[in-house]
Amino acid sequence: MTVIQKKADNPIAHLSAQDIEELGRELDAIRQRFLAERGASDAAYIRSMIKTQRYLELGSRAVLLFSLFPPAWVVGTAGLSISKILENMEIGHNVLHGQWDWMRDPKIHSTTWEWDSASPSDQWKHAHNEVHHNYTNVIGKDNDLGYGIFRADEDQPWHPAHLGQPLWNFVNALIFEYGIAAYDLELGARLKRKQLDDPEFKANGKQVLKKIRRQAGKDYLIHPLLSGPSFFHTLGANVVANVVRNVWAHSVIMCGHFPEGVETFEKRSIEGETKGEWYVRQMLGSANISGSRLMHIMTGNLSHQIEHHLFPDLPSNRYAEIAPLVQELFEKYDLTYCARPLVPQVYSAWHKVFRLSLPNGWLDTTTPRNLPSQLVKLYKISRGGAKVRRAAQARMTQEARRIAAERGPVVVPQRRVRRDPLAA
Amino acid sequence: MNLPQRAGTVAVVSITRFIEAATTPLLPADYLDLFIPLRAGADLRGRIVSVTPETQDAATIEIQPGADWAGHVPGQYLRIGIDIDGIRQWRAYSLTHGPRADGRIAITVKAVPDGLVSHHLVHRASPGTLVHLEQAAGEFVLPLPGGRLLFVTAGSGITPVIGMLRNLFPVSADGVLKLPRSAAYDIVVVHVAPTRPASIFRRDLEELDRSGAIRLIARYDDEHGVLDVDDLEALVPDLAQRATFACGPAGLLEALEAHHRVRGLELQTEKFRTTFHVAGQGGTLSFAASGTTVSADGDRPILDVAEQAGVLMPSGCRMGICFGCVLPLREGIVRDLRDGAVTTATPGDGVVIQTCISAAAGDCHFDH
Ligand SMILES: Cc1cc2nc3c(=O)[nH]c(=O)nc-3n(C[C@H](O)[C@H](O)[C@H](O)COP(=O)(O)OP(=O)(O)OC[C@H]3O[C@@H](n4cnc5c(N)ncnc54)[C@H](O)[C@@H]3O)c2cc1C
Ligand code: FES
Repeated sequence: MTVIQKKADNPIAHLSAQDIEELGRELDAIRQRFLAERGASDAAYIRSMIKTQRYLELGSRAVLLFSLFPPAWVVGTAGLSISKILENMEIGHNVLHGQWDWMRDPKIHSTTWEWDSASPSDQWKHAHNEVHHNYTNVIGKDNDLGYGIFRADEDQPWHPAHLGQPLWNFVNALIFEYGIAAYDLELGARLKRKQLDDPEFKANGKQVLKKIRRQAGKDYLIHPLLSGPSFFHTLGANVVANVVRNVWAHSVIMCGHFPEGVETFEKRSIEGETKGEWYVRQMLGSANISGSRLMHIMTGNLSHQIEHHLFPDLPSNRYAEIAPLVQELFEKYDLTYCARPLVPQVYSAWHKVFRLSLPNGWLDTTTPRNLPSQLVKLYKISRGGAKVRRAAQARMTQEARRIAAERGPVVVPQRRVRRDPLAA
Repeated sequence: MNLPQRAGTVAVVSITRFIEAATTPLLPADYLDLFIPLRAGADLRGRIVSVTPETQDAATIEIQPGADWAGHVPGQYLRIGIDIDGIRQWRAYSLTHGPRADGRIAITVKAVPDGLVSHHLVHRASPGTLVHLEQAAGEFVLPLPGGRLLFVTAGSGITPVIGMLRNLFPVSADGVLKLPRSAAYDIVVVHVAPTRPASIFRRDLEELDRSGAIRLIARYDDEHGVLDVDDLEALVPDLAQRATFACGPAGLLEALEAHHRVRGLELQTEKFRTTFHVAGQGGTLSFAASGTTVSADGDRPILDVAEQAGVLMPSGCRMGICFGCVLPLREGIVRDLRDGAVTTATPGDGVVIQTCISAAAGDCHFDH
C-alpha cells in the first residue's frame, strides 16, 4: 500500500471539498441521532456486561481452585480466558474511551477505570485515545502503524532487519499486553534516542512496573497459592488465559488498520484538516470484521472499527445499529467499506506483515520456479549497503510492474474525477 | 496497644492486602457489590422499599439505607442519586420521619412542572431500585430545649417540618402520643397549599391539630387567596414571641425575610433551590487550585479560554474524541459547542465535562 496521496487511483479523487463537508455533516447527524437515543437501555447493557464478566471471572477462578482435575482445568481456563477478553475488549477499552462517561457513574468512568492489562490505563489512554485516534494511519504520526517497530507501509524504506518482522509480530501477539505497555511508554523510541533518563519516562516506567508486579502477582502467585495442591495447574491456567487473551486482542487489533485495502496518509495531508476530511481519513483508514453478535461482543465491537473510529465516544453496543447507516454513506460517496470475516481479515493482515518484511515487489516477482534465484537475490540485497538496496529495489519494482502488465490490464473502477482536496 | 491487639491489627491488614492482591486491578468491594451492595463499608446506597402516593403529584418513598447510614436529626435532608435515562442525577430531599425502629428512612417528593427527578420518583420509581445516598445534612432542626415556635411552610416545604413533628408527637393506634420530651414545645404551623386535596400531609397535620399537639392554620389558595406575609400577625397574634422556621418557594421566603428583618424577629429558613442556573451566553470561569478567574465567551471552548489565562489544563485531541481534557465541573452551566446541549452542575453532582468542546453558558467553578 502507498499513502493515499501518491496512489495512481486515489480513492478520494472523485470527491470535491463540498462533497467531503457534506459527508461530514451527514456523519454528524448520525452521531447526534444516537446521542439523543442513548439512555437507560445502554446503561443496562454495560452494567450487565460488567456483571457477567465479574461473575464469569469469580466462577472460573473458583473452578480453578481444583485445577488438578483436568475437567476443572479446562472449564476454568476457558472461562478465565473469555472473562479476560471481555474485560479488556468490550469493557476496558470502551470505558477508557469515555463511551460511558455520560452515565455520571464514578465507578464506570474513563477517569477512574483500571483494567486487567500491563499498561496502566492513564498511559494507554494517552497513547491510544489522544495519539492513535487522532492521527489514525498518518505515516510518522500514528504509532499504531507498526507500533513503531514494524514496517507497515511500502513507503517506509526496507531494511534487512525487517525480515524478522513476522517472527516479532508472532512474539508480540503472545505477549501483547507487555507490548502495549512498552509501546505506551514509547520504549522503542526512547531506547533509540537514549532518553532513558527523562524524569517523565522514569515515572511512567515505575508505574508500569508496579502495575506489572501486581498483575503478575495476582495471576501467577496469589491465585495459584489459593489453589493449594493445584498450584502449578492454576499457574498454567493463568498463563494460558493471558496468552489466549493476548493473541485474540492482537488479532482483532491487527484487523482494525492492517488488512490490505486500508489506506494510509501523508503527514502533510492532515495540516489544516477539516472535520469532514478527518472523517474521510477514519473511514478509509479502518477495517471491519463481519460476523455474529457474539463475535462483535468478543472483539469489544472493534469489529466495527470503522464506526468506532468515526464515533469513538458512542457506546459500543450501538455500533451494530450505526454500521448500516455508515455503509450507506460509503456507497453514496463511492468509497470502499473494508469488511471481511475474521479469518480472511487476519490472513490479510498477516499477509501484509510478510509482504512488507520483504523488499517491495519481491513477493510479486517470486514464483515457485524462480524461488532459488530470488532467495539468492534477497541474500545479496540484505548483505549489501543502502546503495545496493536502492538499486536492487528499483530493478525489482520495475520487474513487478512488468509482470503486472503481462497479467493483463487491471480493471480500475471508473470514478468521477474531480479536484482532490486532500492532496495538498 | 498491647501485643495481642497489635498482632490482630497486623493480621487484618495482611489479610486485606492479600485479598486486594487477588482482585487487583479491582477492589474486593467491586465484587462484593455484586452480592451485598448495602453492606457496611460499601459506598452508601439504599434500596427503595415502597412508593406511596400522598396527593396526585406527590409520593412518599421509603428507603432501606445501607449499613453505614449514620442516622439523622428530624428536619435534616439527604442527597439521593438515582439513574434516570441511564444518567445519575443527584437531588436533595428532606427526611419526613424521625429515626425509626425498622431503620428505614422516608422522603416525600412533589413533582414540580418539568421536574426530571421529582417526576421520576413520584410516578416511575419502583420498589427494589438501588439508589445512591449521602449522609444526612442540614441545620434546619428543632431547637433542643423547646420553646415557642412558628413554622411557615408552603407546598412541599412541609417535608422537613413533618419530620420534626412526627418525631415529637408519634402517632399510635390510640392517637397522638404526648411524650415528656415534647412538653417543652408550643408549636403553631401556618401551612400554605394550592388546594386542600393537594396539601401534602394534610391528614397528619389535622390530626395533630385535633389532638392539641400543635395549632394548625391551613391556608388554601383557592379558599383563602394567596397568603400575604403581612397577614401573619393577624393569624398568629403572638408572632413576636415565637422563633420562626420557614420552608417553601423562594418568593415566600424572601418576603418573610423582609418582613421579619423589619420587625427584628428571629427566622430560620430552608431553601429547596439554592442556586438556579439559566443557560445564557458566556460567564466567568473560576479555577480554585490555580486561583485564576477569567471571563469566557459563549462560543469559545473553556479549554482555550483557560489556557490563555495561564491555567495548566489537561488536553488531547481538542476535538471531543479522546476524553483527555475531562475535568469535574463543581458548579455551573456549560453548552456543548457541537450540538448546543446544556449541562448544569451543582456541588456533589459529580458532573464531569470535556473542556475542549464545552463553552460557558453561565458562571462555572472548577476545583482544578
Ligand atoms: C435542602 C433541600 C431539601 C429539599 N427537600 C425536598 C423535599 O422534601 N421534597 C421535594 O419535593 N423537594 C425537595 N427539594 C427540592 C428537590 O431537591 C428538587 O429540586 C426538586 O425535586 C426538583 O427537581 P427536579 O429534578 O424534579 O427538577 P429539575 O428537572 O431540576 O427542574 C425542572 C424545573 O423545575 C424547577 N425547579 C427546580 N427545583 C425546584 C423546586 N425546588 N421547586 C420548584 N421548582 C423547581 C426548575 O427551575 C426547572 O424549571 C429540596 C431541596 C433542597 C435543596
Ligand atoms: S481534548 Fe480530546 S476530548 Fe477534549
